[in-house]
Amino acid sequence: MNDEMDMEEEGGVVKQFMFVNRKAPYGTIYALEGLEVVLISAAFEQDVSMAFIDDGVYELKKGQDTKSLGQKNFSPTYRALEGYDIEKLYVERESMEARGLTEEDLLVDVVVLDRAEMAAKMDEQDVLISF
Amino acid sequence: MKIGVLVNEGPYTHEASDSAYNFTKAALEKGHEIYRVFFYHDGVNNSTRLTEPPRDDRNIVNRWSELSKQYSLDLVVCIAAAQRRGIMDENEAKRQGKDANNLAEGFRISGLGQLVEAGIQSDRLVTFGD
Repeated sequence: MNDEMDMEEEGGVVKQFMFVNRKAPYGTIYALEGLEVVLISAAFEQDVSMAFIDDGVYELKKGQDTKSLGQKNFSPTYRALEGYDIEKLYVERESMEARGLTEEDLLVDVVVLDRAEMAAKMDEQDVLISF
Repeated sequence: MKIGVLVNEGPYTHEASDSAYNFTKAALEKGHEIYRVFFYHDGVNNSTRLTEPPRDDRNIVNRWSELSKQYSLDLVVCIAAAQRRGIMDENEAKRQGKDANNLAEGFRISGLGQLVEAGIQSDRLVTFGD
């Protein structure tokens, strides 16, 4: 309800928002609650992107199985982001390689940037929110 | 400057809440506008009035409430994060059939859109947390 009212008040301001994901998906709640903010942000018609660095790259790993953890596997949500017009997903090459992952291991299409390129991308943003 | 503040960690365990408070207070004293302070993740635990630290320690919750009163500061607690962690205002407690509520004075519970809005409306959004 409040969110809907907020939307109408923004009056066409479009900022570049980048959500920076740095944590593994299940050791803490940051990834899950971070994703909730990203989904809400889609309703505000901003220029939204997501960055995955450090253990955050594990959030996008294919084949997550959380049954023995007793927690919900929320990784399919990353596949749904496209439907929210959130299509700019950046993964840091150094973080991915340090964890023995390649693009083939990820469950969505991403743009891989090296650390310096990621820093430049962050520098372009109006709002950075990191989880 | 118009500033939004995001607090992502709970009180006492983590210094993020102290740092956020000190930053907010200093900014206000310098004449800046704090558009909103938004509490997310364990940060919602900064808003329970049942907090009772030892007498020789700071009362982090009351400190926020007092700052809110002094400067008409907008302190917003994320509803989804709050529900997970047992933070409720009177209306929400009633709606959920709970026998008590615990939201401290000066705080209000609302949606995540309030965080995105703070990002849109503020010149800077400053995050406190890990």
